[in-house]
Amino acid sequence: MTDKSTIIGQEEWSFTIRPKHGWFDVDIVELWQYRDLLYMFVKRDFVSFYKQTVLGPLWFFIQPLFTTIVFTFVFGNLAGLSTDGLPQPLFYLAGITAWNYFSDCIIKTSTVFKDNATLFGKVFFPRMIMPLSIVTSNLVRFGVQMILFLGMMGYFAAVGATFHITSSILLLPLLILLMALLGLGLGLTITAMTTRYRDLSFLVTFGVQLLMYVTTVIYPLSAAPEKYRWLIELNPMTGIIEAFRYAFLGKGDFDIWSLGYSSLATVVILAFGVLIFNKAEKNFVDTV
Amino acid sequence: MNTAIKLEKVSKAYEIGQIGSGTLSRDIERWVVTKVLGKEDPFLKLGERNVRDKKGESSIVWSLRDIDLEIKQGDRLGIIGKNGAGKSTLLKLLSRVTSITSGEIKIRGKVASLLEVGTGFHRDLTGRENVYLNGAILGMRKKEIDRKLDEIVSFSGVERYIDTPVKRYSSGMYVRLAFAVAAHLDSDILIVDEVLAVGDLEFQHKCLNKMEDVATQGRTVLFVSHNMASVKELCTTGIVLKDGMIDYSGDVVGAIQHYTSEALDLDLGAASSGVHGWVRICGMNGQREIKVLNTESFEVLADLSLEDNIERIDIQCIMENAEGAQVVHNRDSGLDRLSAGIHRVSAEIPEMYLRPGVYTLYFKLIAETEEGSFVRHLSDRLIVDVSDDTAIFSGKVSATILPPVEWNVDSNFYEFSTQGDRGVDLR
Repeated sequence: MTDKSTIIGQEEWSFTIRPKHGWFDVDIVELWQYRDLLYMFVKRDFVSFYKQTVLGPLWFFIQPLFTTIVFTFVFGNLAGLSTDGLPQPLFYLAGITAWNYFSDCIIKTSTVFKDNATLFGKVFFPRMIMPLSIVTSNLVRFGVQMILFLGMMGYFAAVGATFHITSSILLLPLLILLMALLGLGLGLTITAMTTRYRDLSFLVTFGVQLLMYVTTVIYPLSAAPEKYRWLIELNPMTGIIEAFRYAFLGKGDFDIWSLGYSSLATVVILAFGVLIFNKAEKNFVDTV
Repeated sequence: MNTAIKLEKVSKAYEIGQIGSGTLSRDIERWVVTKVLGKEDPFLKLGERNVRDKKGESSIVWSLRDIDLEIKQGDRLGIIGKNGAGKSTLLKLLSRVTSITSGEIKIRGKVASLLEVGTGFHRDLTGRENVYLNGAILGMRKKEIDRKLDEIVSFSGVERYIDTPVKRYSSGMYVRLAFAVAAHLDSDILIVDEVLAVGDLEFQHKCLNKMEDVATQGRTVLFVSHNMASVKELCTTGIVLKDGMIDYSGDVVGAIQHYTSEALDLDLGAASSGVHGWVRICGMNGQREIKVLNTESFEVLADLSLEDNIERIDIQCIMENAEGAQVVHNRDSGLDRLSAGIHRVSAEIPEMYLRPGVYTLYFKLIAETEEGSFVRHLSDRLIVDVSDDTAIFSGKVSATILPPVEWNVDSNFYEFSTQGDRGVDLR
């Protein structure tokens, strides 16, 4: 480091701290330099999760499994909602697996500032690392839940249920990316706003729950009442979940336009989230 | 010598008080004024100087105002000042934890800042896992930590517990491990807030040494502390912050002197119950810093100005080492009954065979007036730089005082006693 500073001249500085930054400055280079930190945070989340619970990683299975059982009972049997001709548990689990990842991304990133107030107040690192690490650790969790889903698919294939995997399964990486970024974008927006308006944090869990009902998790888009169909289609998650279900089970209203709309919405929401997060990050230490 | 850090008109404003119902409407007003009309932020105009103990009018306070400062590469800068003077804010701005309101800071080189030890430690992770996590938080790469792991662990002295979750650690072990990580950061500029107040004396000493090592490698060190002796020991230059502005900037002795004489004014203002006056402490020739050998005695002077007659006065002389521990305490001043006026008090401190290093010496006065009210007062501090005379402290000695002890061997002692009462048993 010292020889570097002899090379650079008197007027060249490593960096300058100024009060006002541009609207959209994510320092990608700096983020990349801190990539090991992202890995450490992900590892921390896992190790501490393991150590605190008796059942450890089994919890990853328990939650979706029980939700599926409850949904099958309540929505499938009591309410008698259509599942597009698919076995009910399989239909619900597909929706739950994808939805869980998205909702975990929102809920966990929405408290980034609140949860890390002391850490952010004492040491500098690119703040974006924290939400990124959350999205990444949830990805591992999603992976584990996918195993459960695939297992269930295997079981239903063995008992002769009718469903088929389609070639759109190749879109899976894109679908995961969209869910991650959409959740991230919304989470960033919420966490940035809660630094000034605390009340918002009360809205999150319950808002996400309500959002699930305007997404095609417990019913297929084809069964949606015509009157509200536009509202459900307006929700960018609908296109993603429909595509996900179509990819694995061969049923669902999957078309490239609705996925295109979801992608566009994701990009816009993410850009807005990053922008407002960057703005909040600069003074958050003083307001919390 | 290159400049490492340059601050130009740096200010930081804080909004104090509640953030509540007024926030949304004020945000809108602010947004309209600054963005739509393009005017200066109306709320910053109201700002006022940051005087902690006076109630202000505005809810905006300038924690730092128009700071201009240039720190050269390899400088060791001590930042001193009262609570709320803006020391920590300055460090926070430099370590980019919070943003500046106006002005500009230019930095050359990599900055490592240590505003707190053990930031980001996770209770359930083991010592080793926490070293990696904490190192990464402080900006180290994984392979860098791999390389330094052994060194870090041995510096911390908690080898035995390195694979135990840190929640089982004593608070001292926790701090040791955390400081060890921070001490091994590769950076050009090291920023340290008062973090040495924790940990035992031995470890504090180790930390100070490590920081001196860092400094002698030509790296720049910024250090905040309330302990004048450790500031003196570690730093070469100093600034005194007062109410968010630089009150003094220069060499470290001058800064300490400036700060302690300021603190003195405050003390006497508070001790107004009967006695008015001042005390000024200095070396034989009026210096603020004296250099002595640990084998010689030295004299300390104090000018004592009293506006009232004193019935009884008790002056104690106290000397503290760089870690803030009292090593010398003398309470027998032999003074009695002083009349109003100025008195010169001198104290002859005997040779004490002290460990070489920087000490601070001050007087503590307890006076009883004729009316029977008591006044306590601490004088400002004299820096006593003790050096080793005849290499008494060479070799592995961890004691603070090595007085000359006269040894004697009396080989006849038991001869007499055996012939006396226990002689028969031995034979």
